[in-house]
Amino acid sequence: MQPKSYSIFGGHGSKSGIEHAAEVIFTICGFFAVLAVASISIYMLTSGTPALLKVGILDILFGSVWKPDAAVPSFGILYVILTSIVGTALAILIGVPIGVMTSVFLAEVAPQKLADIVRPAVELLAGIPSVIYGLLGILILNPVMYDLELKIFKGSPTHQFTGGANLISAVLVLALMILPTVINISETALRSVPQHFRSASLALGATKIQTIFHVVIPAAKSGIITAIVLGTGRAIGEAMAISLVSGSSVNFPLPFHSVRFLTTAIVSEMSYASGLHKQVLFTIGLVLFVFIMMINVILNSLLKKGADKNDK
Amino acid sequence: MNTNTIKISTSQLNLYYGTNHALKDVNMELYTNKITAFIGPSGCGKSTYLKTLNRMNDLIPGVKIEGEVLLDGENIYDSRVDTTLLRKKIGMVFQQPNPFPMSIYDNVAYGPRIHGIKNKSELDDIVEKSLKGAALWEEVSGRLKKSALGLSGGQQQRLCIARALAVEPEVLLMDEPTSALDPISTLKIEDLMDELKEKYTVAIVTHNMQQATRIADHTAFFLVGEVVEYAPTTELFTAPKDSRTEDYITGRFG
Repeated sequence: MQPKSYSIFGGHGSKSGIEHAAEVIFTICGFFAVLAVASISIYMLTSGTPALLKVGILDILFGSVWKPDAAVPSFGILYVILTSIVGTALAILIGVPIGVMTSVFLAEVAPQKLADIVRPAVELLAGIPSVIYGLLGILILNPVMYDLELKIFKGSPTHQFTGGANLISAVLVLALMILPTVINISETALRSVPQHFRSASLALGATKIQTIFHVVIPAAKSGIITAIVLGTGRAIGEAMAISLVSGSSVNFPLPFHSVRFLTTAIVSEMSYASGLHKQVLFTIGLVLFVFIMMINVILNSLLKKGADKNDK
Repeated sequence: MNTNTIKISTSQLNLYYGTNHALKDVNMELYTNKITAFIGPSGCGKSTYLKTLNRMNDLIPGVKIEGEVLLDGENIYDSRVDTTLLRKKIGMVFQQPNPFPMSIYDNVAYGPRIHGIKNKSELDDIVEKSLKGAALWEEVSGRLKKSALGLSGGQQQRLCIARALAVEPEVLLMDEPTSALDPISTLKIEDLMDELKEKYTVAIVTHNMQQATRIADHTAFFLVGEVVEYAPTTELFTAPKDSRTEDYITGRFG
């Protein structure tokens, strides 16, 4: 029996009101992030450039004297920029090998039970607020560094004693802080390497360690590079922990110097700065912002390269 | 044809995956410079048996192996055995072509490098010899530095054979090497196996009974972990002694 037919025209055309409303809400949410990034970019550019023009680009970026409160103020942030670059690079140099080795341990070597203890510990490490790292640095690292300093520079007439708040302390804290990022992302990359590569290598008479270093790690290369770049981003943007352990005075970044990073420069002076001084702090923010953007661009191009290669 | 020297001899081999008794009292001899095929329905233990021969089963957690496998008279399950040397002597080709994500050259040179050969010209020679041995040299000699992943499935499988040959094994284990390939690539690999047996002792697991009749000198029929029948291939297929073998090869089950 044929059922009674009905018209296919509805009251709202092809979509109901709820469908429309939902789409609008999703679209607004989607654009919110774009809006935030765009407005931050514009805000940083407009607030960071005036000081650059007033003081002079070269005088700010390549000047080595930072005396914002002097009668004739000087706003050179070269040492601050160098500190951020050197400090981040050293933290990566220490943190990445340890992080990658840990991820190899978790993904390839550790028995299941042991991995189940180590992995949550690594995840907890990621959740600890950065200021806590700073406090521990003050408690543990700085006294050790001070002892070392007293030994190394005993009787030195030129060395400025820092009480242990120096570049090394900051680097070590940073290295520790990037570990969770490096470990988690590297481990995921290692685990996504197909099992049959390992079998093939072992069947050729390779040992487990040879297999890890000659097949598994090269196959996970793009993921490990991502981990390094994200770790770099984390390190260069960190402020709280290192402001507590680095001594925060502007110096050339040598191991036992008390140093100031781009981030800590802003944090430590913004509360009392005014006028041109304040504008220069915004310029420092702009420099940091440019660094972060550069890291992201590098990351994206690396990922794209990796994707292209995999398609072949 | 009648001179059969024993290369690998298995006696009273039992294998358990946890409580699952996967191989039951397997006794078998593999002969030098002969191709031995293992046939049987899925899950009958033929691949498991193949993997006991180069101890790839060791990698699976919960495996227990009893019995003896003698390679040239040495028990491969002896505690003094160095599995890297064992696997150098007994090469393996897998079901899925699995070249490493590196160049064709580096794939073939991987094994020799692992075993300590660094000299460039020596490696060049090994790569060329192995690729020729796997009947792939003609097709890839102009693009050795290109990624191995750009090759077709059949070429990839022959590359895997070349990779296995590069460490100069004496035995070659092949776990359904053509099941993922098209008929033309399959034919090429079968032709190749005929050449390979002049130098190597070959054991092959296959789902394809025609393949076994085409290439194998001896065939073993596995059923739920047991070797039901093991005989020269023509004998097994024309005059099977066990009714279960007959049922299987005539397609009545499996």
